[in-house]
Amino acid sequence: MNHPATTADRAMLLAVARSVPDPELPVLTLGDLGVIRDLRLVGDASVEVDLTPTYTGCPAMAVIADDVRDALRQAGADQVRIRTVLAPAWTTDWMSEAGRRKLREYGIAPPGPAAHVAGGPVKLAFSVRCPHCGSPDTREVSHFGSTPCKALWTCRSCAEPFDSFKAI
Amino acid sequence: MSGVRTLPPLAAYSLALGDDALILAQRLGEWVAHAPQIEEDVALANIALDLLGQARTLLGYAAAVEGRGRDEDDLAYLRDDRDFRNVQLVEIPNGDFAVTMARQLVFSAYQYELYTALGSSGDATLAGLAGKAVKEVAYHRDHATQWVLRLGDGTEVSHARMQAGLDQVWPYAAELFDPVDPASRLPGVAADPATLRPAWEQYVTSVLNEGTLTKPEPRWRSRGGRDGLHTEHLGHLLAEMQHLHRSHPGATW
Repeated sequence: MNHPATTADRAMLLAVARSVPDPELPVLTLGDLGVIRDLRLVGDASVEVDLTPTYTGCPAMAVIADDVRDALRQAGADQVRIRTVLAPAWTTDWMSEAGRRKLREYGIAPPGPAAHVAGGPVKLAFSVRCPHCGSPDTREVSHFGSTPCKALWTCRSCAEPFDSFKAI
Repeated sequence: MSGVRTLPPLAAYSLALGDDALILAQRLGEWVAHAPQIEEDVALANIALDLLGQARTLLGYAAAVEGRGRDEDDLAYLRDDRDFRNVQLVEIPNGDFAVTMARQLVFSAYQYELYTALGSSGDATLAGLAGKAVKEVAYHRDHATQWVLRLGDGTEVSHARMQAGLDQVWPYAAELFDPVDPASRLPGVAADPATLRPAWEQYVTSVLNEGTLTKPEPRWRSRGGRDGLHTEHLGHLLAEMQHLHRSHPGATW
């Protein structure tokens, strides 16, 4: 940007950062996931982004930071600084409605409400609907799946296995 | 590498917690392609990855607080065994699946209480990490609990092996609650390990009871990991973990 930064620039850059696709789940944007927490303009052409990890060890975080940096540079920011913020801790409750719908269409069951999990034992008694056939007659095969954020489930109705986004 | 003993208390505390997570992550990684089911390969790798993420935050913070230009990689790869501050529980070999599940129950139940307590730490970094990690550890603890119940209350053979796993691991449990020097010098910031024990005891006892297992009463107990005294197993683990970094200093992907 070769002009003084404005509020409109901030809104535009925030929209750009939020529209970056997640590298592991490309149907979701970072905005859908809720991991872009803030964006500030520092001086004329410098941008600082607050990014929160989904899981502390999520290997996609480095790629996400690189992708955000590239997207913001293409949108005119000269310098981009990514800050990792841990608090408040990311929760699947921050996932957008559009994100949940897109996950379901992609074949992944979206997360249920996380409130009952916080600080208590993991109870998975609520029904997870099969994203393929919609049946609630499903069972968990394993708490852990192909990425830190997902669990392995299978459907008793259509017999298809599927991933379920873990509520945390 | 120079003196862990001269670290500021906050750095030393972060290092001790980070070393626990790092060494257990390395151990659990050994299960990949060797677990009894492919789902367990995946589960143990996921748990290891969560622990590695916690370790990176804690070692990175220890290095930053120390302020001598070291980073998380220097701390993970360039220290020798006597400079590691983890408890011996996390370095002992995996044993069979029941031994690993016994250790997972002991350690994740401890870490759950630790991170719950640190959630209200006066240190923003420790509190932030704890608030995040406790959600991950809730899954680890539940995973271990399900297996201990299933094996303990399963067949005669699975029960005997689960009990043997608990007997093997239990002598290393008490060390988790030993006083840690840096913790006592960080009031309002660190969690006093002894205060975590009652809730831990209550949780593991209820799981053992439900799983028809007997709480072991070991005749000896480990000590000294927090002072750099380790079993012979840690050196072998570090040789594997550190070899690439030490053979090719500064290499990047």
